[in-house]
Amino acid sequence: MNKKTLHSIIAIAAILAAAWILNGILDSYVRRVLNLCAIYAIISLSLNLVNGFTGMFSLGQAGFMAIGAYTVAIFTVPVELRAAGFYLEPMNPLIAGIELPLLAALILGGLLSATFAFIIGFPVLRLRGDYLAIATLGFSEIIRIIFTNTQSITNGALGIKNVPALSNMFFIYLAAIITIVFMRLLISSSYGRAFKAIREDEIVAEAMGINLFKHKIMSFVISAFFAGIGGGLYGALLGTVDPKNFMFTLTYNFVLIIVLGGLGSISGTVIASFIITIGMEWLRFFDDELVLFGFKVPIFRPGLRMVVFSVLLMVIVLFFQKGLMGQKELSFDMLRQAAARVKGLPLFKNGRRKGE
Amino acid sequence: MAGKILRNNLAVAVLAILLVILLVYVYASTAIKMPGSVFLQHLTNGLSLGSLFALIAIGYTMVYTILSMINFAHGDIFMISLYFAFFTLSVFNMPWVLAFVCVAALTPIVGILIERFAYRPLRDAPKNSVLISAIGASFLLENAATYLFGGRPKVLPDIPLLSRVISIHSVNFQVVSIVIPILTFAILIALINFINHTKTGIAMRAVAKDHEIARVMGVNINRIISLTFIIGSSLAAVGGFMWGTRYPGITPMMGVMPGLKCFVAAVVGGIGDIKGAVMGGFILGLGEILIVALFPNISGYRDAFAFILLIIILLVKPTGILGSKAREKV
Repeated sequence: MNKKTLHSIIAIAAILAAAWILNGILDSYVRRVLNLCAIYAIISLSLNLVNGFTGMFSLGQAGFMAIGAYTVAIFTVPVELRAAGFYLEPMNPLIAGIELPLLAALILGGLLSATFAFIIGFPVLRLRGDYLAIATLGFSEIIRIIFTNTQSITNGALGIKNVPALSNMFFIYLAAIITIVFMRLLISSSYGRAFKAIREDEIVAEAMGINLFKHKIMSFVISAFFAGIGGGLYGALLGTVDPKNFMFTLTYNFVLIIVLGGLGSISGTVIASFIITIGMEWLRFFDDELVLFGFKVPIFRPGLRMVVFSVLLMVIVLFFQKGLMGQKELSFDMLRQAAARVKGLPLFKNGRRKGE
Repeated sequence: MAGKILRNNLAVAVLAILLVILLVYVYASTAIKMPGSVFLQHLTNGLSLGSLFALIAIGYTMVYTILSMINFAHGDIFMISLYFAFFTLSVFNMPWVLAFVCVAALTPIVGILIERFAYRPLRDAPKNSVLISAIGASFLLENAATYLFGGRPKVLPDIPLLSRVISIHSVNFQVVSIVIPILTFAILIALINFINHTKTGIAMRAVAKDHEIARVMGVNINRIISLTFIIGSSLAAVGGFMWGTRYPGITPMMGVMPGLKCFVAAVVGGIGDIKGAVMGGFILGLGEILIVALFPNISGYRDAFAFILLIIILLVKPTGILGSKAREKV
């Protein structure tokens, strides 16, 4: 076994062990925030696969999340609790009696989301740039509108409550790690190289014999699958699923994450997911009143947090277009070099000094 | 004569729309026994909504022609114009004509600021960065409006002259729903003349064709781009003011849906063509109102109509109804 693989396996095991242990120690608020970080990482990775690695601009993630979240919500609410929620119109008898374990519902949600992506992919992926962005955004809104109107399946605007709450860190981090590993393997495979070629230049890629449409739809479908899984986890974490949760503004969170992390960097995306999610929680003090030396500071009131958040997004887009990582990946070598630099040791490692 | 009309895209499209309206009327009066006056009522509503869409769509299409980017913030500029209308009318108690002028003068400032700070620094950046910046600008405007004005809906005061209801042969309509289409057509004609026959208009078309060459010919690119944003935003402001008279609730997120729909309208009509944007606006407005009127049980899907139309158009004729074929340059 290669040394790098060994290191990766040790790191993964360490993270999972940490998640297992922390699950028992942390209070529910911190655990919820950390879980949200991992779920956001899954969804952002799925978005980065399409936007960062394949170079298509999709804004449909909220819709795919909705499919996953609703699948989990519909099938995991205990059968006896369903009548209480569906009081306007009873649940469709075809699905009213089916109850699935969370894992099965998650995978089903991912598959449904992927199927939907496959169907819309045929017309949509012929479009480029802005048009693709608008069309995917349109489809994500259409999904939300459909879910708002299918009263007997999704309970319409009332939403589905009593979804068995998921707060097991180990389970969520396992899902996140599976996603990360899968993305890493996919990107370093020949498919991943084809995606990147399409990102750099479609015409050249086609000339090199890459089947554009096949690879685009593949990237799109895989992305939708993981967005569905992420959405399912998100729904289970919240405990209620409501069409208003899946407005397309939700997608903007993930756009911010992948831009901050670097379009086309897996590790950047994961790091940015943690920074943004924890940062958003930390920024909550902007929404509270602030009293300094006995004076109330007038600008601190509800809503300021989102203003700061959007200003940050603009600053990143305008001044740090490459994000944290650009298209690079965090590796053990990079960490070792960073550690060496911190200690002030000259880097003789590669036989030459910096600048030589 | 007939052949000449058939070769003209615009004429064919207008004829087709009239034909569809006629068919819808035949269907409405025979299948669901809708009285003629009710149909006419829906038609007026559709026309006035369509002209509002058209006014906003012009802004999208102009910016897209010049900068080839979607100005995602355009819908939010429209929203801000409604807040300006609210403040001038009910906080400063201005007479509505003065308020109207103020709104039309203030809103372009927002448009210019967005162009200056969010788009200009990225003019040579990859297209995706510009798109993200546009999304960010839109998000910033929405959040700033929520923070400054609160999330609770504000209501524009009644403008008696515009909201008076007239009834002719048992068809009731507000004055404003007649004023809007007339205003839209007047603006359309003025704008077409401006673009085709003035020096600035020619410069604008030159910039749309090629920034570099236009610069070489002595056109001040930044000035033209700012001007485009001024025109687009002030049309959005006119639309916003009229919208406020017709549908009074103002919220920070209200610009999003009209914004997206108007972009769809611009694409449906053929992006880059002002006549196309207006036509797309009418198709969208009429379609939305008539579908809800004819099939009340699917009225929940009203907002989906625009997106379905967009996808159909992109599949059948990606350049839009009036658009000409553009070849991909290698």
